[in-house]
Amino acid sequence: MSRLIKHHLFWPGFALVALVVLNTVVRPRFIEISVQHGALYGAPIDILRNSAPMMLVALGMTLVIATRGIDLSVGAVMAVSGAVALTIIDGSDSPGSVGTVLVAIAVGVGVSLILGVWNGFLVSVLKIQPIIATLVLMMAGRGVALLVTGGFITTVTSDPLKYVASGHLLGLPFALFIWVAAVVVVSLVERRTALGVLTEAVGINPEASRLAGVRATGIILGTYVLSGGLAGMAGIIYSSNIMAADANAAGELIELYAILAVVLGGTSLAGGKFSIAGTVIGVLIIQTLQSTILFLGVSSAQSPVFFAAVVVVVVLIQAPAVHRAARQFLQRRSTHVPDITRGTEVAR
Amino acid sequence: MSTTATTPDAGRKPVVPARISEFGRTFVARHASVMPMLAALAILVLILIGAQIHFGDFVNPRTLSALLLDNAYLLILAVGMTFVIVTGGIDLSVGSVMAFTGIGAAQMLSHGVSSAIVIPAMILGGAFIGLMIGVLVQYFDVQPFIASLAGLFLARGLAYVVSLKSIRVENEHVLWLQSTRWWFGDWYLTPTGVIALLTVVVGALVMKYTRFGRTVYAVGGGEQSARLMGLAVARTKVLVYVISGVCGGLAGLVLTAYSGAGYPRNGIGTELDVIAAVVIGGTLLTGGAGYVVGSLIGVLVYGTIHTVISYMGAEQSWMRIIIGLMLLMFIVVQRVIVVRAERRR
Amino acid sequence: MGHNGAMPDDAPVDVPIDVSADTAGDAPDQCPARPLVQLLGGTVRFGADTVLDGVDFRLFPGEVHSLMGENGAGKSTLIKALTGALQLSGGTILLDGEPVHFRSTHDAQQAGIRAVYQEIDLLPNLSVAENIMLGAEPRRCGLVDWARMRRRAGEVLDDLGLDIDPATTLSHHSIAVQQLVAIARALSTDARVLVLDEPTSSLDAAECAELFRVIAGLKERGVAIIFISHFLDQIYEVCDRVTVLRDGSLVGEYLTREFLRVDLVQAMLGHNAEALRSRSRLQVVEDDVVRRPFLSVRGLSSRRRITDADVDLIEGDVLGVAGLLGSGRTELARAMTGVDRPDAGIIRIHGATGGPGGPREAISLGVVYSSENRRTEGIIGELSVGDNITLALQAQQGILRRIGGTRQRELAQSWVEALDIRPPDLDRPAGNLSGGNQQKVLLARLLALAPRVLVLDEPTRGIDVGAKVEIQNLVGDLADNGLSVMFISAELEEVLRVGNRVAILHDGRIVDTVPAEELTPDSLLALVAQGSSMGSAPVEEAR
Repeated sequence: MSRLIKHHLFWPGFALVALVVLNTVVRPRFIEISVQHGALYGAPIDILRNSAPMMLVALGMTLVIATRGIDLSVGAVMAVSGAVALTIIDGSDSPGSVGTVLVAIAVGVGVSLILGVWNGFLVSVLKIQPIIATLVLMMAGRGVALLVTGGFITTVTSDPLKYVASGHLLGLPFALFIWVAAVVVVSLVERRTALGVLTEAVGINPEASRLAGVRATGIILGTYVLSGGLAGMAGIIYSSNIMAADANAAGELIELYAILAVVLGGTSLAGGKFSIAGTVIGVLIIQTLQSTILFLGVSSAQSPVFFAAVVVVVVLIQAPAVHRAARQFLQRRSTHVPDITRGTEVAR
Repeated sequence: MSTTATTPDAGRKPVVPARISEFGRTFVARHASVMPMLAALAILVLILIGAQIHFGDFVNPRTLSALLLDNAYLLILAVGMTFVIVTGGIDLSVGSVMAFTGIGAAQMLSHGVSSAIVIPAMILGGAFIGLMIGVLVQYFDVQPFIASLAGLFLARGLAYVVSLKSIRVENEHVLWLQSTRWWFGDWYLTPTGVIALLTVVVGALVMKYTRFGRTVYAVGGGEQSARLMGLAVARTKVLVYVISGVCGGLAGLVLTAYSGAGYPRNGIGTELDVIAAVVIGGTLLTGGAGYVVGSLIGVLVYGTIHTVISYMGAEQSWMRIIIGLMLLMFIVVQRVIVVRAERRR
Repeated sequence: MGHNGAMPDDAPVDVPIDVSADTAGDAPDQCPARPLVQLLGGTVRFGADTVLDGVDFRLFPGEVHSLMGENGAGKSTLIKALTGALQLSGGTILLDGEPVHFRSTHDAQQAGIRAVYQEIDLLPNLSVAENIMLGAEPRRCGLVDWARMRRRAGEVLDDLGLDIDPATTLSHHSIAVQQLVAIARALSTDARVLVLDEPTSSLDAAECAELFRVIAGLKERGVAIIFISHFLDQIYEVCDRVTVLRDGSLVGEYLTREFLRVDLVQAMLGHNAEALRSRSRLQVVEDDVVRRPFLSVRGLSSRRRITDADVDLIEGDVLGVAGLLGSGRTELARAMTGVDRPDAGIIRIHGATGGPGGPREAISLGVVYSSENRRTEGIIGELSVGDNITLALQAQQGILRRIGGTRQRELAQSWVEALDIRPPDLDRPAGNLSGGNQQKVLLARLLALAPRVLVLDEPTRGIDVGAKVEIQNLVGDLADNGLSVMFISAELEEVLRVGNRVAILHDGRIVDTVPAEELTPDSLLALVAQGSSMGSAPVEEAR
């Protein structure tokens, strides 16, 4: 039993299950899944579908954080990707053709990959602090997206595009397949190649890794490229959802949600060991929370207040000061007097 | 004991006879951190000259007065942000705090609450969110960008809780802040402009002449060393975020007066503009160097570019790109300087 | 060598001084013979570890007193206790004969005890005046009075005879000047005791002279100085007395003018000549075949710590490197293996000129380095033992060619068995292992690369005797198999035991490189201590 509790996925999993149970108790219709026109519908299905953009972004964010970095530009990259793709569709002669949509998506994601290279270059080659480096794109990216759309919200009518976010495959939302595929592919690449271990080594101890001959530059660059590409795909899904490119609203605040999901899943912000499964659970927790909040009648625009509280609680739990206070409290409970030794450095 | 010892750093530089070079060297040795600010000033002047040549009638009292009027809120935010960045931190919540206090004030005013209560309440609201961020950063070891993102979330959400739509302000005191113009020949000042300038003056004086201000620089230069010197590091680190929050509240007041309404979607992305202005004005993002006056110059650069773009009839989305690229340029230059200095040691 | 404080002892002593004895009667002049600061039976414990054990220490006004000892001797613990950064677990501190209790560094500073550490704890972005005065800056109506601050700072600098403009930014000045400013700050509050921790490690000769001039001036003012440095020559130039610690205990307190360097080093290292002679030498070079050097270095200089070094690493040969802490051992090793970029010098690997551009390139050329900081630069604590062992090999193979699960376990397991790593659990986080086993994991990682040159920096430090001997024997085996090994150690007997040849470092230079059998423990000690060429008996002038 204690081995189960010690597993790094236990607490995130427990939180998710508890959340689902709570929801079911309060509104029994929560877990109701119905079949209509050969497709499944219901609150759980909605959650699985709606979490697609955040899932992709958080996936990329997990690896960036594992290298002790951060990518604040993901929202802006989403906006750029959506803007580029929809502008292509809008400007083409056959917006409803699958070929056009595929080209548009490819270009959108391609641009996002280039933006990822940009970020990666600033961080891994110029050695600029990740917060600062990605701040630039966070700012300029929206401007680029606005330029591409000409300042308007470009709307299109295109069935293939609509299918991305709203379509079904084998009864399940297509968007679900997208993120599951992404998670599976990234996990396989990380664990089947040496990339996972080397990434963790770089994040845990960059200097020791350097002495062991690990080439950090390429690894770090790669994480930002991946983060960019995944954000690009997330932007496509977002645009498909509203059938429009909204350069201002796309990916708004998604950076913090992604970071929160990564932290909830057990990956430390200090870098090192990461858990993709943990991030998946983290995103599902956030999405379930969103659904709960909406059900409680809170407008989605107001929900950030709740999440601010969640962020505070999560960081407090991880804060060393809290650990120290808890340890002191527990020690005082037991009868023996704690050994007060000042200073923890070993003498030279 | 009189000295006949060789000047410790005499061996580092060749003997230069001319008095001007002597002055130049002494100036650099004493005021090296002013150089980025002078560079920003040079850029401002260049842009103004360029605009004047291009448009023919750009540099005139009307345009320049409007510069202060339109960017007063940004200036106030920049003063607060300077304090935070000099300690090596960052505050991403200022735009949302501005929106929250603005809509909060509009709501209260529309219910007839007196402005004498509303205005201090706004400032206190901003201070409170800043306090929360500062406590998280200092006492719970949370990274500033996460702590301030939590603040952003909180403030933005609360803004929508207050109201999902904009609320007009009809309170005469508040509107007076914006509508009044004091004329000096062809130049004019509004009370909001005065508030902004006063914030700059107070901020600059505090940074230069109070122990708190010097501690802000000390924390940015080396937190551990500052602590060993017996400076009140913890209190200072919390206070800078409170100051940023107060500036957020003040900016909310100014912006509400400017637009005549509170709007929960105000200030989205404003924090990025503020950070850009502060960095362009010569403050190092890594902390320890920067001047409030520099941030004033940075805001003027920002505002001038904004005006130039609208004069050209181009889309405002260019604004984001240009400012983003300028920010990048400054960041890369800062990085190059740091690398050079490290290699020299 | 004039000094102000009384030297109550005229005869050289090598036993701990009985501080309870009345020493006033021995004072040659009317200056007070009572120590300014005294530590009686100082003991510091961290849990079960006793890092300082019943140490006595005396400091007289106007003297420069050196504190010496190798790693783990307890120097920094003693200093921390005296400056209030640490609480004593046992013993007392006396100030002017009265017991005092420092609850914090603030208390110690109030009592006039100030320290200037190696990492200058100043603010490079602020002016010299602020760095001197901040915390006690002159104010008028609550606002900083810049004019008065600059003036006061100028006065402090003048008192020390320094010509530094107080209005200049600190970062504008060299490290040497920054150090002087740090001293000025310490003295701006009427310090009576000044602790200088490695003040000269970044200074050149001229800057050292300036520092020593300042120290001489302070002595005349009656300030007591504790001078910590690894440069023996400087200790003998500037210090009146020296206290030697070893493994947390006091070895003795000596007058430098009567204490031979050889004896000083012997006190620090504590080598037992008898035990040394009884150990058999590991390496016996049998044939006279001239072996080519695999890695060869000429004129290597790096980071001001090692100057103009010539080293040859020969196949099948173990080069032992002996020298005190701070003599440049680590800098030499790091520069040779591409970890640091050297300032000057030529490196030839397998005939081809051109030093490796980095650790990765070095590894590809067959040159590997094991850092002395195995926790911070070696082991990746949160990764498993198995992952740690295969890390470097994996990095060389690249990302795509992953060392598959079974093969990785087999490989790691084989090394665990070969080096007897305990516990033999491949999945345990490497950070949980003992020091000795961590070192073995690190060795396994390097050996898995099938290197040609192995540079080991203090591989047996902090390891129990059994594991020590295992590693020493392993080194011998590796050389027998054709590897070139460079073995750095602070323990002279280990160097003599393991090395075929020995390179002796002293204050950043290689004094000599000799075959091990031509060395006796005493002669090696002399070389390390004095840095002069070998003679049959060490000759040292008494100062």
